[in-house]
Amino acid sequence: MLAALGKQLYIIWSQIVTLWLVFMHIFKKADTVEYPDQMPYMFPRWRGRIILSRDPDGEERCVACNLCAVACPVDCIALQKTEDQNGRWYPEFFRINFSRCIMCGFCEEACPTHAIQLTPDFEMAEYVRQDMVWEKEDMLISGTGKYHDYNFYKIAGKSIGGKGKGEARNELPPIDRRSLLP
Amino acid sequence: MFEFVVGSPLNIALILGAVLVTAALLIWVERRVLGFLNERLGPNRVGPFGIAQSLADVGKLITKEDWVPPFADKLPFIVAPIIVPVVMLLSFAVIPIAPGIGIMDLNVGLLWVFAMAGLGAYSAMLGGLASNNKFSLLGGLRAAGQMISYEVFMGISILGVVILSDSFNLREIVEAQHKNGWYVFPQFIGFIIFVIAGLAETKRWPFDLAEGESEIISGFNTEYSGMKFGLFFVGEYIGMLVLSALIPVLFFGGWYAPFGWLELPNAIISGIFWMCAKTGCWIFFFILVRAALVRPRYDQLMNYGWLVMLPLSLVNVLVTGAVVLAQGN
Repeated sequence: MLAALGKQLYIIWSQIVTLWLVFMHIFKKADTVEYPDQMPYMFPRWRGRIILSRDPDGEERCVACNLCAVACPVDCIALQKTEDQNGRWYPEFFRINFSRCIMCGFCEEACPTHAIQLTPDFEMAEYVRQDMVWEKEDMLISGTGKYHDYNFYKIAGKSIGGKGKGEARNELPPIDRRSLLP
Repeated sequence: MFEFVVGSPLNIALILGAVLVTAALLIWVERRVLGFLNERLGPNRVGPFGIAQSLADVGKLITKEDWVPPFADKLPFIVAPIIVPVVMLLSFAVIPIAPGIGIMDLNVGLLWVFAMAGLGAYSAMLGGLASNNKFSLLGGLRAAGQMISYEVFMGISILGVVILSDSFNLREIVEAQHKNGWYVFPQFIGFIIFVIAGLAETKRWPFDLAEGESEIISGFNTEYSGMKFGLFFVGEYIGMLVLSALIPVLFFGGWYAPFGWLELPNAIISGIFWMCAKTGCWIFFFILVRAALVRPRYDQLMNYGWLVMLPLSLVNVLVTGAVVLAQGN
């Protein structure tokens, strides 16, 4: 009897404490970020709108290797390789259907040249479905994105116009096997 | 011209308008205060501080398709939502707001409030039955059971007040409190029981088992949409208003200033001010309860009602009666 009464009193006491604690929250500042009026802080690694970056010399980084299109789980990337007079590969067209894109960032991870990158921008709503399909001109930025001094053709061994075999960074000149003869 | 007599057309128009506007505003107030209690902001977009949110809500509800499901029982389905607001408005009629301000001065005012509040149970019950839907039926059953069992000791809990003031007339209860002091102090247990039973009666949190959206979708109003749902909604808020006004009248001295403190010169203005202030405090308390407490299980609710509250309220009546008798009143 007494134990039951004690339990009831404890229940009532716990309700009163709850009411008091919740009441004290009215004096605290709201956590709300009033979004359209006030931009929330977006983290630099946020996976938002996709861009194509350029290397430090201002050339397109993308070499149209198709790895991003293969990695894409929703098949929203389409591109076609072509080649300029120097032998540099670049995409003839590069198209991302953002109405399919799930912003997973797999394309960024797959990219061997740091060309395709995700940015903290998320305001991509459109009124017309077709406007969600972005072409290369829409995505290509003038800067280097997150990686400032990476230049694929300066490091890779592929020879292009103005840079022969063995002239890349950290690369030795090719060995003439015949000259090794005693 | 501007003499205020209880029941004059001016009085009726003013009070009806004020109650309806307040009930509509409460929808916004509740969401806003709930937001602050949850460290959010609540609706603050429509109009200054979001005050026109209710207007936007009503506009949306009215323009929505008024759909009656083909499997529903048509007549009760349409009648059910009308009952709550009508009944709740009727029970507000006897509530004294200030000397000379009120709609009815009934000698059985208290009984009138309970009769009307009891009729409100039909709304949830009919709505639940007529919807012809399992969840609605469960919600209607719960509403009926809950309201019947809590009505019992809601009535008994205020018998102490009736014994002390010797009247069922709400105006006389207020006057008696002005003479003898607030009834919260001698009737504390009765007061607690009345508040809990009132919460259950208006089906407000934490006693919203009839709706219980995490268990039975939306209970008795699962199938309702548009303005029919809006009527249920407004009825609930008028009920909350009635309860918030009834508690000060029964336990906190009605329209009189607390302990004669800050009494305004004009009796009517002072009365309206204090009545509104006290009602507002109780509305805030009910919103706080909604924000803080969790919903009990249905069997816990019933056990608590019949095994704890009912005996407690009976003991309260017994002790009050004995004390009044012993004082040789």
